[in-house]
Amino acid sequence: MTQLADITGDRMTTPEPSWFEIVRDNARQQHQKVGLPTGKEEQWRFTQIGPVLRTSFSLAGDSDPQELATQNTFGNQALVELVFVNGRFVPELSKTNHTIRGLTVGTLVEASANGHESLIRAHLGKYASIDRHPFACLNTAHLTDGAYVHIARSTTVSAPIHLLFVTVGEEQPVACHPRVLVVCEDQVQATLVESYVGAGSRYLTNTVTEMICGNDCTIDHCKLQQESEDGFHTAVMQVEIGQQTQFVSHAISIGAKISRNDLGVKLAGRGAYATLNGLVLIQGQQHCDNHTLLDHAAPDCPSHELYKHVLMDRASAVFKGQIHVHQVAQKTNAKQSSKSLLLSDQASMNSMPALEIYADDVKCTHGSTTGPIEEDLIFYLRSRGVGLEAARHLLTYAFAADITRRIRVEPVRRRVEDYMAAQHGLPQDLRINDLGAFDDDVIR
Amino acid sequence: MPVLEIKNLHAKVAGTDKLILKGVDLVMEKGQIHAIMGKNGSGKSTLCQVIAGRETYEVTEGDIIFNGQSILEMSPEERAREGVFLAFQYPVEIPGVSTSYFLKAAVNSIRKHRGEPELDAVQFIKLVKEKQKMLGIQESFMNRAVNEGFSGGEKKRNEVFQLAVINPLLGLLDETDSGLDIDALKVVAEGINKLHEQDAERSWLVVTHYQRLLNYIVPDVVHVMIDGRIVKTGDKALALELEEKGYDWVERESLAGV
Repeated sequence: MTQLADITGDRMTTPEPSWFEIVRDNARQQHQKVGLPTGKEEQWRFTQIGPVLRTSFSLAGDSDPQELATQNTFGNQALVELVFVNGRFVPELSKTNHTIRGLTVGTLVEASANGHESLIRAHLGKYASIDRHPFACLNTAHLTDGAYVHIARSTTVSAPIHLLFVTVGEEQPVACHPRVLVVCEDQVQATLVESYVGAGSRYLTNTVTEMICGNDCTIDHCKLQQESEDGFHTAVMQVEIGQQTQFVSHAISIGAKISRNDLGVKLAGRGAYATLNGLVLIQGQQHCDNHTLLDHAAPDCPSHELYKHVLMDRASAVFKGQIHVHQVAQKTNAKQSSKSLLLSDQASMNSMPALEIYADDVKCTHGSTTGPIEEDLIFYLRSRGVGLEAARHLLTYAFAADITRRIRVEPVRRRVEDYMAAQHGLPQDLRINDLGAFDDDVIR
Repeated sequence: MPVLEIKNLHAKVAGTDKLILKGVDLVMEKGQIHAIMGKNGSGKSTLCQVIAGRETYEVTEGDIIFNGQSILEMSPEERAREGVFLAFQYPVEIPGVSTSYFLKAAVNSIRKHRGEPELDAVQFIKLVKEKQKMLGIQESFMNRAVNEGFSGGEKKRNEVFQLAVINPLLGLLDETDSGLDIDALKVVAEGINKLHEQDAERSWLVVTHYQRLLNYIVPDVVHVMIDGRIVKTGDKALALELEEKGYDWVERESLAGV
């Protein structure tokens, strides 16, 4: 794992910007110095990263997973859809034509060649720290290309921009390192979805997303992770939002044997508002670790965070929710909640809030519940004639639906709801189409 | 044949020695309304839950005969399918599941049990509309998550509405009046009265702390429960007497063995 793959760049049709080599070199040096976590570090204490470290991966080659790509496309529900297979952009499977002025969507290399080079250079690698995140460092050491989205001032993009990453395992374990850079200027409204799917034997998808939003934006981000059951998934997403910008994230983890997400949001301007919702639905021996950081660096910022976990069989999950309130960030109002449903005695959950507060006029609350389905709820359903198993399934669905119904991106919501309905043998007419009961205040 | 016959029923909190019901005897004929009154902690809510089959309680002695058969060995869902309905004192909220889906699942599991064909979406909506019209309930109810964000009054009305749709033989109303203001209480009571008028076969066991509910729902029989036993039984005049004089005199009478 610790060996770095050679980057030859010979596949490129457009030459990469010359400074990519410098970015890679920095990361290589850092990687050689620090390596990957051993699992003993505080940040990695509860994640059994061993199987990832012990696997020797080679860089993923070409593949033709047409079927996976077609199954997971948003079709007409996406404005633009970029499909990456084993880390490489596949134009034939992608939909890039659109008529929105002010929106640029493409690859880092193409966009660099078409006038965005200085912007990309100013932002790429500036948020996902290679010092803080060893996997982001590994990703950066393999930088060749990636997805690039730029949205100019006062642009409204009404339909979702979909980035679909497909990884296909080979006989020998392979690794790929997807990269995403999103730059939104002021007063932008947009929805961005990242989907990760995979097939085949053991592989690693190690992704980095950087997103920078100016002032007065409304940004909806969804990440849907449905890697194959033998896959590993590591992800660093770092977001920075400006004054009065509203950022909503829904992170859904369903697949992968081992997955780890580091999601950091810096509230950099007064009145910025971040909502981080997460849903983990895992079974068997799957493990999922979510580390989030809400970095309150400006005054008057609210943040809401709700992560829910449904753990079956011997599945285990970690939630570490860090809230850092800087001294300038007076009137911060941060609410955090982690709720976990354990559907078997062997399932386990580690939930840890971590609040660091350096301002004196703030409101920060956190709460965590872990346990089986409440007996009161089961009895209520049974007293109406619903059988015990059906009641359990229905209540598990309901527990997760508390998150899914908040997802405003219809194709994502539908996928997760359908997945849950199928998993629990429930019909699809279960879903509540009327969002009248939608409650913006995520913490009850 | 009585619809419900409770014989020397003893029940404790499962896994403990805490005995709550200490020999309850009760006979209800079809179509009757019985009220059980008693102070907090007397065991009247426990009695409702035990009849409905809650597994947090364990029956240690006695029997419950419902519609001619013992239901002690039945699961809560089997009892419901046989025709027992418990309207909860504290109905739970189920975010993410619409009332419509929930009720359809309930109705169809009961119909299946009775060997009746399941209702399809159209037939179910027809049934729902009919009951809503009868009870004067807004239709938006159905598309909302079960009880989520409902006021106390709305939750209790939803219980009565569910009862109307499920159409049981026996309605157990567990402190249906608690937490309701007088207007909400009237609405809920009117609904129950309409259901009673409409189906003379159905029986009602109304558990309440206060007499005021019985101003609107007139019982045929009133029982007083003290410390896990029914110590006095009378007609509706007993409820008024309790309202006026409190429970202490019944307690003294029962201790004196009157």
